[in-house]
Amino acid sequence: MSEPLVTLHAVSKHYGRAIAVNNVSLDVFEGEFVTLLGPSGSGKTTTLMLIAGFETPTSGEIRIRGASVVARPPEKRDIGMVFQSYALFPHMSVFDNVAYPLRTRRVPSAEVAERVARVLDAVRMSGLAERYPRQLSGGQQQRVAVARALVYRPSLLLMDEPLGALDKKLREEMQSELKDLQRTLGVTTLYVTHDQQEALALSDRIAIMNVGDVVQIGSPLALYEHPATDFVAGFLGDVNTLDGVVAEAETGVVRVEIAEGIEVTVATSARRSAGKRVRLTLRPERLDLATTAGGVNCWRGRVRGATFRGELVRYDVELGSGLVVNVSRPYRGQETIFGPGQEVFVRSRPDDWRVFG
Amino acid sequence: MSARSTWRQAGLLVGPALLLLAAVYLYPLGRLFVLSVGGGPGGAGLEPYHRLAESSVYVDVLLRTTRISVVVTLVCLLAAYPVAYVMTRVGPAWFRVLMVFVLLPLWTSILVRTYAWMVLLQANGVLNNVLRWLRVIDEPLRLMYNETGVVIGMAQVLLPFAILPLYASLRSIDPRLARAAQSMGAGPWRRFYSLTLPLSMPGMATAALLVFVQGLGFFITPALLGGSRVITLAMVIETQVVDLLDWSLASAAAMVLLVLTAALVVGFDRLVGLDRVWA
Repeated sequence: MSEPLVTLHAVSKHYGRAIAVNNVSLDVFEGEFVTLLGPSGSGKTTTLMLIAGFETPTSGEIRIRGASVVARPPEKRDIGMVFQSYALFPHMSVFDNVAYPLRTRRVPSAEVAERVARVLDAVRMSGLAERYPRQLSGGQQQRVAVARALVYRPSLLLMDEPLGALDKKLREEMQSELKDLQRTLGVTTLYVTHDQQEALALSDRIAIMNVGDVVQIGSPLALYEHPATDFVAGFLGDVNTLDGVVAEAETGVVRVEIAEGIEVTVATSARRSAGKRVRLTLRPERLDLATTAGGVNCWRGRVRGATFRGELVRYDVELGSGLVVNVSRPYRGQETIFGPGQEVFVRSRPDDWRVFG
Repeated sequence: MSARSTWRQAGLLVGPALLLLAAVYLYPLGRLFVLSVGGGPGGAGLEPYHRLAESSVYVDVLLRTTRISVVVTLVCLLAAYPVAYVMTRVGPAWFRVLMVFVLLPLWTSILVRTYAWMVLLQANGVLNNVLRWLRVIDEPLRLMYNETGVVIGMAQVLLPFAILPLYASLRSIDPRLARAAQSMGAGPWRRFYSLTLPLSMPGMATAALLVFVQGLGFFITPALLGGSRVITLAMVIETQVVDLLDWSLASAAAMVLLVLTAALVVGFDRLVGLDRVWA
């Protein structure tokens, strides 16, 4: 692979005795869309601020195009930044806001006008150039903020929860717009969010962060299918987490007892010896409900609750010994919904289970 | 709640203050106005105003008063801006220290502060002695009984009225705006004149209004530090009343001052909005 555009090497940031970012290493390649995903306090925003230059690392190295930028102030890093609050200048029109970085770079005014017009066109804000930020809706302000961060073609675009202030519908609209724009312009993007759906929808690669550490980096599909830890499995999408003891281990297959009389057959390449405590995860949509028994992992259960969510139905199903699992099934018509109290068989495939610990 | 009972409540809350104002302020003001148009030797009319306008002495006084106020306002804005800016940047402990230093003069009598300036500024005063001892000057500088002294004294007295609104205005600027500008390549100087300065304009306007309006009617400081060489409008009014007993001319001069001030306040309200004075 080519030389990365941004390299973080063993970067840490301490505030007194609190560790905000712990020994993070990360490469972002030209044209990539990488998302830092994690709960609040996981260090994702601090990591972004370290790259932007608003924070100085306690230790470690940050390179952009191979050159160390640790000693370089933010204004000399050639980055574009979109803040959650948009940070539009309230005393300037949309045009002047977007022209600001060009004027800072002493671009001749004819070229400023042309480039601002072009980028406003790209974010579908052409007709509103004379408006002031307070006269715009949240989505429009967001577009202006993006236009302003892109107009000078920075080598790196940093976005800190840029859609966090928008309502759900608008957020989904803006997601696809952002993705299109990023693909068309090919701008390398580092994106921070706590919204896993957003991360899955937008990213080429996701770096999952938790209490200052990068836990795992990979494509959305790879992280979803092969989470490195149960934290990743639980953070990216919904998951059933069950603790158990290995009852029997063969090559490629282990049997885990998760409750009195309930065993799961799990396909795994890792060796596990009998008697070991393990944690199992399984996505709710990988569990099937049926009225008849059959297959390797098939348990009798009783529906405790059913939640209609539109395109899918979520069930709480109680197995023996009070064990409850979440099951998610696509909605296929009213008559297919299992009602509370109904006896069902819960089935799963050995390949769909993940083993940790 | 009905509109009527709302009005009654408002009336009960504001009423006492309104009554007091009417008794000790509006009534004398009305009397002053009547005196200014009716009390002259020639009977009712605008005669006192004609006398004010025709005498080059009074016109000079009005111009000097305005000039001093303008200079004091500029000095105050220039001196207050950095202080207010620093106050938005320091931690809570330093902020408290700075705030005490800003407010302390307000709790000290103007008379005391003006006498202190006399001690500092007179020909044989502290400042001149220090400068001579340092061999910066040979002859004492004339720092008193001229406009320089008046401006120094008034600027110091009025400085808190510039610092406080400027601080409020600077503090209300979202610090993320500066970060955004910085990410777009703007250095400190550009960030200051493209963001901080224009966004603190309401604070500057408020500070200017408070200092200028108070400066127009200032009496003690110009009287003591300027003496008979720097006569301001307030001093003219005092002389007319106390020494010359010309109440109608004094009233007319007071009316001129009042109209000037009112015009400024109305103009400010149109341009910036009075509701922003303490916001």
